[in-house]
Amino acid sequence: MSSSLRRNPSRRNFDEITARKIIEAALGHEGPLLPILHALQEAFGCVPREAEPLIASTLNLTRADVHGVVTFYHDFHRAPAGRHVLKLCRAEACQSMGSEANARRLLDALGIDWGGTTADGSLTVEPVYCLGLCATSPSALLDGEPLGRVGAEQLEALAAEAKR
Amino acid sequence: MKVFVARDAAALAVGADRVAAAIAAEAEKRQQHVTLVRTGTRGMLWLEPLIEVATPEGRVGYGPVTPADVPSLFDAGFLEGRPHPRRAGQVEELPFFKRQTRLIFARAGLANPLSLSDYRILGGLHGLDRALTLGPEQIVAEVKRSGLRGRGGAGFPTGIKWESAARAQAARKYIVCNADEGDSGTFADRILMEGDPFTVIEGMLIAAIAVGATRGFIYIRSEYPHAIRAMASAIEIARREGILGPHAAGSNYAFDIEIRVGAGAYICGEETSLLESLEGKRGMVRAKPPLPVVSGLFGQPTVINNLVTFSSVPFILAQGGQAYADMGVGRSRGTMPVQLAGNVRHGGVFECAFGVTLGELVNEIGGGTASGRPVRAVQAGGPLGAYLPPALFDTPYDYEAFAAHEGLIGHGGLVVFDDTVNLARMARFAMEFCAHESCGKCTPCRIGSRRGVEVLDRILAGRDREQNIALLGELCETLRYGSLCALGGLVPYPVLSALKHFPEDFGLAVLPSVAAAV
Repeated sequence: MSSSLRRNPSRRNFDEITARKIIEAALGHEGPLLPILHALQEAFGCVPREAEPLIASTLNLTRADVHGVVTFYHDFHRAPAGRHVLKLCRAEACQSMGSEANARRLLDALGIDWGGTTADGSLTVEPVYCLGLCATSPSALLDGEPLGRVGAEQLEALAAEAKR
Repeated sequence: MKVFVARDAAALAVGADRVAAAIAAEAEKRQQHVTLVRTGTRGMLWLEPLIEVATPEGRVGYGPVTPADVPSLFDAGFLEGRPHPRRAGQVEELPFFKRQTRLIFARAGLANPLSLSDYRILGGLHGLDRALTLGPEQIVAEVKRSGLRGRGGAGFPTGIKWESAARAQAARKYIVCNADEGDSGTFADRILMEGDPFTVIEGMLIAAIAVGATRGFIYIRSEYPHAIRAMASAIEIARREGILGPHAAGSNYAFDIEIRVGAGAYICGEETSLLESLEGKRGMVRAKPPLPVVSGLFGQPTVINNLVTFSSVPFILAQGGQAYADMGVGRSRGTMPVQLAGNVRHGGVFECAFGVTLGELVNEIGGGTASGRPVRAVQAGGPLGAYLPPALFDTPYDYEAFAAHEGLIGHGGLVVFDDTVNLARMARFAMEFCAHESCGKCTPCRIGSRRGVEVLDRILAGRDREQNIALLGELCETLRYGSLCALGGLVPYPVLSALKHFPEDFGLAVLPSVAAAV
C-alpha cells in the first residue's frame, strides 16, 4: 500500500470568473454540456448550483434543462466529496466474491451509508456499478487508483490511512 | 534484457506498478541491465501481476508476482526464463492462451501499446491500407461477407448497418464508438483501449471511409480513467502521424476522433441514450425509428457500433471477410472475446470462435470457481442476461443457441457464482439496478422496476409467496413487452431465469408456472 494517498483534486469555492472561463473553453465542442460539467467538477469538486444559470445563458438553454442534466448523471455532485473518495463496486461480479459483506462492514465501521462522508471529512464512500476489473474482484477505486482482490481488512486499513 | 510488465488497470489494481518498481530497484542493486517494457495485459488476469521475459523459446511468464518475490526471481535467473515457484511457463503455450483464436486481441500485451511503429510491425494498419485501395463499396462488401454482428449486445449485422449509412445523403455523417462498457463482468473494451488503442482508431477510420463520415466520437465511461488516458494519447499520436486529420493516412479522406467521457449512467450504453448524452442532454432513450443510420447524432446519419465491433474490422479488411466468416457456427461468425469474471479461478479475456460450449468456458478454461466450491450459476451477457445453471452447460456459445435458453451473448461477459449465492437476492438486485439506472422515459421500466424490488422483498420475506410470484410474472411481462429499450425489456431475463432454474431460493419446492413459460 502506498504510504501517502493522493488527495481528492480541488475543492475550491465557487467563483464566477473561473466558471465562465471553464464554460467558454469548452464551447468548441459539439454538444459541450457534459465536457463543461466534468471540467467544473474537476475545478470545484462538484457542480455548484451557481454555475447552472451561467451555463444556461451561454448555451442558450433553460436553467431547467441544465439542472436536469446535472441531476441525471450519477457522477455529478452538488457538494464536494471528502478529502479521499473510495468507490466500491457493487455489481454482480464483485458480489460473487463477497463485496457486499465487505462494504457493509466498512460502512458500519465508519458510521456512514453509501454516498456518505466520514464526520472528519476524510473519506467519502461511493457505490459504483462495475469498474471493469471483474476478474480481480472485489474491486475498488481509491482517488482514481484501481484496487483489485480487496478484502474487508484491506478496506479498513485504507480507511484508517485516509484519516491520517 | 527486456522485462514486460502490464500497465493495464487490472494489473495495476493488484500491484503491477509496485512489482515493476521492485524489478528496477533490484536490477540496479545487482548492476544488471534490465529494460522494463510496460504493455497491455495478455488477458490472463488471474496471473497478474504477470511479468514476462523474452527467451529463445518464446516469452516466459511469472505470476502472480509480488514485490517480495523479486529478489528470489533474480536469484533463480528469471531473466533467462529459469525455474521459480512463480514460473507459469511459456506464455503462449499456456492452455488458456493456446486455445484462443486471437484476432482482435492479437497484439494485446505484446508491446508498448502507444508505439505506432510496434503497431505496424505487429500487423497493424494492414486493414487500413487494403481499405484505402478497395474504396467504400468494397469495404462494406467485405464487412458483409464477414458476417460480423454488433458486439455490444444486439448482434445486428454490421455490414448492413454500414451499407444503410453509406446510402444516406447528408452533409455530415458521424462514426460513434460505444465504449460505455457498463455490464458487470465485461472488460474487453477496457483492455483493448489500454492494450491496443490503435486498433480502435483503425477500425473507426475504416468505417468512416466506408460510409463517408468525417467526425468520430469515442464515448468512454468515466469509470475507466486509464482507458481514457491511453485512448487520448493514441489519438494524439495518430493525429501527429497523419493517420487522423484532413488527409487521413495520406488519403483524400478527412477524419478525426474526439473522446467523450460518460458520467456514470449505465443507460448511456444504449445507443440512442448515448447519442443524447453526446449532444449534451440527459441520457434519455429515443424511440426508434428513425434509426441512427438515418438520423443519429445531431440528426445526422450515424454509425454507432461497439468498440469490439470496430476492433474486429482491421482483421476483416486485412485478411478478407471470408477468412473471418470461416470461423464460428451458424449465424454467429468470427470470434468473440469471452470475459470470464466473478468467482472464477482463471478469470480474463478468452477470445475464441463461436461454438465452444458454456461448460468448456466455465469449467475447462475458467477452471471452475475461485473459491473452490461448486459452480451454481453463471450470469451470461451482463446485468440483463439470464442466470444459467450447470444443467445448461452443454449450450454452445452462439447467439441463437443462447437465445433458445433465453440467454444473452450480450457483450460477452460470463459471471460465475459458487453455491453460496442466493438467486432470489440476485433477482432482487437486477430489479434494483434497473430502478437505479432507468432513464425514466417509459413507465414500465421507471415504475415497474421499483414495484419489482418491492414484490421480491415480499417474496424474500415469505409473505403471500404464491400471489407475489404470480404478480412478479405479470410485472415481468409488462416490462418485457412495454419498455422502450433493452434495460426494462431485458430485466425480466435475470429475474425469471433465477426463478425458473433456482426456485428453491425463492422458497419454492417446485417450479412455478410463471417461470416455466420463460
